[in-house]
Amino acid sequence: MSSWIVSHLWLIPSVPLAMALVVLSLTNSQQRLAAALAVAGQVVALLFSLGAFVATLPTPGYRAVQNFTWFTFGEQALRLGFVLDPLTAVMLVMITFVSLWIFVFSIGYMAEDAHFTRFFAYLSFFSAAMLGVVIANSLLLLFICWELVGLASYLLIGFWIHKPSAAAAAKKAFITTRIGDIGFFIGMLWLYGRTGTLLFYDGGKGALESAALLSLGAAATWIALLIFCGAAGKSGQFPLHVWLPDAMEGPTPVSALIHAATMVAAGVFLVARVYPLFSLGEIHGVTTSLTVVVWIGVITALMSALIAVAQADIKRILAYSTVSQLGLMMVSLGVGGVAAGIMHLLAHGFFKALLFLGSGSVIHGCHEEQDIRKMGGLRRVMPVTFLTYAIGMMALSGVPLFFSGAWTKEEILHATSLWSASHLPHYFMLLGVVLTALYMTRQMIYVFFGSRGSASNHAHESSPVMTMPLIVLATCAIVFSLVLTPAWPWLHSYLSGERPALNWSLLITPTLYVSLVLVVIGIGLGVLIYRGARETDPVERALPPVFRFLENRMWLDELYDWTVLALARFAARLSDFLDRYLWDGLFRLGSTLVGFFGTLTKGFDERAINGGVNEATDWACGLGRGIARRHSGQVQTYLGAIAIAMVALFIFYAWLT
Amino acid sequence: MTPTLQLFLILSSALFCIGLLAALSRRHAVFILIGIEMMLAAAGLNFIAFWRFGPQPAPPTGVMITIFAIGIAAAEAAVGLALVIAVYRHLRTTNIDEIDELKG
Repeated sequence: MSSWIVSHLWLIPSVPLAMALVVLSLTNSQQRLAAALAVAGQVVALLFSLGAFVATLPTPGYRAVQNFTWFTFGEQALRLGFVLDPLTAVMLVMITFVSLWIFVFSIGYMAEDAHFTRFFAYLSFFSAAMLGVVIANSLLLLFICWELVGLASYLLIGFWIHKPSAAAAAKKAFITTRIGDIGFFIGMLWLYGRTGTLLFYDGGKGALESAALLSLGAAATWIALLIFCGAAGKSGQFPLHVWLPDAMEGPTPVSALIHAATMVAAGVFLVARVYPLFSLGEIHGVTTSLTVVVWIGVITALMSALIAVAQADIKRILAYSTVSQLGLMMVSLGVGGVAAGIMHLLAHGFFKALLFLGSGSVIHGCHEEQDIRKMGGLRRVMPVTFLTYAIGMMALSGVPLFFSGAWTKEEILHATSLWSASHLPHYFMLLGVVLTALYMTRQMIYVFFGSRGSASNHAHESSPVMTMPLIVLATCAIVFSLVLTPAWPWLHSYLSGERPALNWSLLITPTLYVSLVLVVIGIGLGVLIYRGARETDPVERALPPVFRFLENRMWLDELYDWTVLALARFAARLSDFLDRYLWDGLFRLGSTLVGFFGTLTKGFDERAINGGVNEATDWACGLGRGIARRHSGQVQTYLGAIAIAMVALFIFYAWLT
Repeated sequence: MTPTLQLFLILSSALFCIGLLAALSRRHAVFILIGIEMMLAAAGLNFIAFWRFGPQPAPPTGVMITIFAIGIAAAEAAVGLALVIAVYRHLRTTNIDEIDELKG
């Protein structure tokens, strides 16, 4: 089966897409059928992905490409294609696997929603679009699926359309990512202009292969940066990160899907995919475009980790944590640790989906309350959620040895320490580790420890259909580390096309102690500061201005409101003013002039012509009244008249010939 | 069944008629817009079909015209939707039956 699926790679996104269409045509009373179909689609896609994954295992650095011609345009043929390599294979498995459990979780979470079937149709569509991004072998095909992901996210973030905040968040996500996509699109056109192809791999003629790269020269830096604009928009990098926290307005499974398995992964994946463009002309692994990626990543990671410390909404904390982790991945890609970045992306996919679904379970249990200050003491009421959430929290904080996130973070820190341009990113990332442990400890203490808050008084554990995905994902967050350790770096070797070697002596390295110390500092600080904290935040009491600054997201939204949006509003007012006064004024001037001449000729008209004309006007009046009766003001009547006249004209023409 | 010119013409006239029917019979302004877009798509299909089944090799005129038509249709949809929103703000309805401001 695995060789069959390699030549039918397009089937993987097609199955969820077909399910999305089928589910969309169901009525809302067929909830069971809708959920079953969507989940079945994911299961089939997962099986296909596993088949493709198995096919890549025997040969290190495996790559299978299928290209076909979309359409011929004069001399030019526009070609699209699919590619299967280790990067695609692991992404396929991760996306389908995590999506599957998010789907299962949604059955419980959305059970009482009035638009249950529509929700599952959108979810399927989202996963199909993301799978399309991953298997694309052409920048154009990738871009098409990329935009479909954007559309799906718009539909899902704004799923509760009756909430104005949800509609606004959906619009914000769509427009913000679109700004990045303009850069992506220009970069794509530039690349096509220089190389004449948008295929990644094409037997030596593709855009990422040596011949095309050589012809690019210095333009590669700009093209890479333009493409990075798109990646920054999708992956929520500074300064285009503002949409991501607002995207929390969607239902919680959507947040899990967007923040773990699909949308935000797309940007990191894109950079990894077109990495040859970024690393072209490197000197000791440093290029201009990669340096930009590193510093954008550093800013994003630190800024959002700081903001996360001062948020009160359980999902917003996780959202900023995602932004921060994505920054970390970008740093890793920028310093040359592509495999490390992708490994962290995969591990993050598992434990962040777990954390989001866990927060969904908490929110569900607390009757839709999202403020962590009103929760507390939930560990006794929701034991399963508590245990799985704790595993996710430790994986995210990077507690060494047993949790997948720790190993990948280790790898990234190692990669940053080797960067030849500067050591600052390394130290910033160490600080980021402390902050991550700090805000996650804060969240744990507020939600699960301490005394019961107002929202957690009547809390209850969620149904098995919701806790089972949590258990599965928590198991994954631990078991996944088996292939990540430096003693047996299977995934690392697989991604970089080498053969793994088993070496137990590498398991415990000095950096492990460093990160252990950092995590202990982070968690210790968290416990120290937030122990017994209620309602008012201890940091708020100690440093009110700093807390305000962070709580209000560094006033970046307000800054955009005053600059970018103010400009747009000014342009709108200007056009309105021109319309109202300039053009309208000119028009009025004209009409006044005409009126003036009219007055001049009035006298002559009234005396000489009127008498003769009166007779005729009476007749015209009668005719006009008759026609006016047909003149209903109904647009469709007019349209119908035009259609009938067209048909009459055709008949007349046919009769003539 | 091999694709022939007739087949495409039948398809495009069917598309045109469906679009016309939608534009004439739906009561919601947005659906009327959708109908108009379908009619435009039918016209585009005709261009492509005549070009494809005409003498070959030919310069890609049919495709060019259709691409421009799609571009114009996108602009038209934007204007159309803006009109619908403006009308809605003004009259608090998008039901075309209740709008007769064009009455003489």
